[in-house]
Amino acid sequence: MEKKIVIELQNVCKYYHMGHSIVRAVDGVSLQIREGEFVAIMGPSGSGKSTMMNLIGSLDVPTKGRILLDNHDISTLSESNLAQIRGKKIGFIFQSFNLIGNLTAKENIAIPMIFQGYDADERSFRADKLLELVQLSERKDHSPNELSGGQQQRVAIARALANSPEVILADEPTGNLDTKTGETVMDFLNDLNKKGKTIVMVTHDADLAKTHAHIVYWLKDGKIEKVTKRSI
Amino acid sequence: MIKDFFSLAFKNLKSRGIRSWLTLIGIFIGVTAVVSLISLGNGLQLAVATQFGVSANQLITVQAGGLSGYGPPGSAVVDPLTEEDADAIERLSSVENTVTRNIKSVKVEFNDKVNYRYIGSMSDNKKDLNLIYTQLDSGALLGKLLTESDRGKIILGYNYYAKSDDWDGKQIIPGKTILVNDRKFEVIGILEKQGSLITDNVVYMPEDDVKSLLNLNNTVDMIIVEPKNKEEINKTKIEIEKLLRDRRNVKLGEEDFEVSTPEASLATINSVLSGVQVFIVIIASISIFIGVIGIINTMTTSVLERKKEIGISKSIGARNEHIFLQFFIESSLLGLIGGLAGAIFGTLLGVAGIYGINNWLGTQLTPEIDFILIFSTLLGSFLIGGIAGLVPAFKAAKQNPVEALRS
Repeated sequence: MEKKIVIELQNVCKYYHMGHSIVRAVDGVSLQIREGEFVAIMGPSGSGKSTMMNLIGSLDVPTKGRILLDNHDISTLSESNLAQIRGKKIGFIFQSFNLIGNLTAKENIAIPMIFQGYDADERSFRADKLLELVQLSERKDHSPNELSGGQQQRVAIARALANSPEVILADEPTGNLDTKTGETVMDFLNDLNKKGKTIVMVTHDADLAKTHAHIVYWLKDGKIEKVTKRSI
Repeated sequence: MIKDFFSLAFKNLKSRGIRSWLTLIGIFIGVTAVVSLISLGNGLQLAVATQFGVSANQLITVQAGGLSGYGPPGSAVVDPLTEEDADAIERLSSVENTVTRNIKSVKVEFNDKVNYRYIGSMSDNKKDLNLIYTQLDSGALLGKLLTESDRGKIILGYNYYAKSDDWDGKQIIPGKTILVNDRKFEVIGILEKQGSLITDNVVYMPEDDVKSLLNLNNTVDMIIVEPKNKEEINKTKIEIEKLLRDRRNVKLGEEDFEVSTPEASLATINSVLSGVQVFIVIIASISIFIGVIGIINTMTTSVLERKKEIGISKSIGARNEHIFLQFFIESSLLGLIGGLAGAIFGTLLGVAGIYGINNWLGTQLTPEIDFILIFSTLLGSFLIGGIAGLVPAFKAAKQNPVEALRS
């Protein structure tokens, strides 16, 4: 039986006005991402992959077209409703980790739960569990600048999982890491995927995309140039 | 959830640089001024009243010349009061007793050192003498007080004993002899400290001695009036004024004399103090206004500096109201911390002021720590901080997440 569609883009366009010209960052993209898939969005710089990640992650709304998240159209939602949805359904992992500097590892992991209204005990319990998952329990009280790049990215992964989202969106998750640390981070993402999480990874690293993703969407000039699939 | 935002705001404040804290100086100064002023409370009033010789007794003082009631009258009175005026006042039905006093400038010599001071005459009638002591509101620190039968003897204000520097280092104590206008007088007592530069420097001399020393006739510088009913002191005051207007043939509003009660004197002092308080409140308001501008400035800078953090928070589910609350609470806490520092410092200043007044005047005032005032001040500072942070917090909340993340 085919798994349910968690993300669907229907002829999605995102245009920017730059002076008198219009930049077509995403231009008529349609795709479906099913539950449990590991999808990579590949493309060179300026191909529109970051814009697409922002649209999929409900950080931005399309100029045209529809985006369905779990069968709900999010294309026309208000900023507040979009925030609510991304807090619940999407976990972000960024290239530069994007941890909050004056909070400890554990507090960084717990922050998304504050926005979802979890009480302090529940947050603490879940954050400890997630720290265990990313094998950083002993570093829980360290601030980001006391952690290595790999450790920071593992904290970011734990933070992305804080509200048990359906989809993990990873934007160049190994971009700032050396090869070995990058592999460790990818192992975590693979493990999560094996446990059923849907992973959408944006990367310009073709090898990384081909090695880990089941489906790779190759973007060029805001359009899908080709789609490659790997048998699971 | 609000508790969590307070906790986040505290963490953010802890990591702030000295620049943010310096912006709180305005709020700090404003709150310090208000709290210290109010903590001083009656102490300030008492200090000023004592300095001007206003005591809390229920006696009326009559002086000629339309001079103010504070301190010894000057020598330029055209139409002085007389003993007959005192007798006429005493005949009023609302008056119990009157005492006349002369207060003159004299040459005082001791240890071959000359100073010019005031002498105050002391009655030769026991009842009147007691009234003067009541008005003086002071007992003997050393030796004894003058009695109605003493002649050739004097008692001195506290400074004659305490300030030996005025007499080339030699202390005046009971038993010593001093020269007043070149005539010898034996010092039999030193009065307790009153804290006034005027009364602590007076030589108190029997009335007969004053008259013979200065060749005075029946003129008097001051009439002290004891009303029969102390509750109706103001009514007695009005009667005396009417009587003296008739006797001196002056119209209402053109009096060349002054009848003052302690309440009236205190009211004058209070009106002066109110002026000072209004001035301090204006300074405090300006400081707080500057503090508000400081907080707006530091919060606006903070929004710009933490744009990326806002983007991160939004990407992990923070709604606009969450971001708003975070910055609003942070700004309110900035105000609260400024207010707290000001309240603590202001209270300490007030307490120190009270102890200073006690030390100076020998009073037993206790500092008034008004917890309602402190709570109101802290609440006010918190609200002021919040109001100052409103616009920056709105700006923070309205950040576009994509642009914020890109910064």
